[in-house]
Amino acid sequence: MKFGVVTFPGSNCDYDAYTAAKLVSREVEFLWHQSSDLAGCDVIILPGGFSYGDYLRSGAIARFSPIMQSVVKFANSGGYVIGICNGFQTLLESGLLPGALLRNRHLRFSCKYVRIKVERTDNPFTSACREGEILHVPIAHKDGNYYHFEGDIEDLKKQGRILFRYCDRDGNYTDESNPNGSIYNIAGISNREGNVVGMMPHPERAVEKLLGSADGKKIFDSIVRSIAGGVKVEIA
Amino acid sequence: MSDNKAVVYVRLKDGVLDPQGLTIHKAILNMGYSQIDSVRSGRFFELELKSGNGDIRAKVEEICRKLLTNPIVENFSVEYGK
Repeated sequence: MKFGVVTFPGSNCDYDAYTAAKLVSREVEFLWHQSSDLAGCDVIILPGGFSYGDYLRSGAIARFSPIMQSVVKFANSGGYVIGICNGFQTLLESGLLPGALLRNRHLRFSCKYVRIKVERTDNPFTSACREGEILHVPIAHKDGNYYHFEGDIEDLKKQGRILFRYCDRDGNYTDESNPNGSIYNIAGISNREGNVVGMMPHPERAVEKLLGSADGKKIFDSIVRSIAGGVKVEIA
Repeated sequence: MSDNKAVVYVRLKDGVLDPQGLTIHKAILNMGYSQIDSVRSGRFFELELKSGNGDIRAKVEEICRKLLTNPIVENFSVEYGK
């Protein structure tokens, strides 16, 4: 099983993502933004950072890079793609996931540990988690305020596409535990088929106890388990 | 006669929270200007157009939709000039 980590100019979590993927897979490769070759990878990670300086809007320029044209095709044919932080923003801009990430409600860059609850475990990226499990993972962003129209949020709920929600220590979805003002405390979602996931928190920064938490490793364990278990995504 | 310049104004749609505008409004009130009711922030882009550009307006609007705005949360308007 091979992981690919995309590096855009301004990516700064690509090495973290590489290191995290290395814990679960022997084969991990960096993919350069100017290339359109996915090098036979089974899972693509769009890492955090400030691709293209966050010019215009976060992720807006990255979307037009050569590698993203290949990532979109790969995703549309059932390939596994996860976008973390700036990677999530890029997935939204490229239309692989619905909605938008606005400036944080309080306008500040927020860098701290938060708690998120796993809402679904039938997704390939959460299969190693328990339903309702609370993960302790860091966030580091200024544009993480998830927004979508009310009707579309209802659709996401009905279709079971909300994977993570910000919560407090006891698992309550409170306003205080929502670090950026996201609608419905949304921290991560998937596409309809489940093979494309975007999340604002950084699981790759929480993969061993020494870093403060190893909860993030479960996301990497999940995808390995899912692929090894032969999970196939049905593309309509 | 073709247009030489397009000025694109990008605004957040009505109903989309604009924390930047709210913060600027608060500052204005703190400065003592109580006459201002609200502030919405936005941005603009100036595009210089090549001469003899034909039906450039359709292209400019395509650029606005594909790149300069996020159509989920933003609207745009364009002013053309010489």
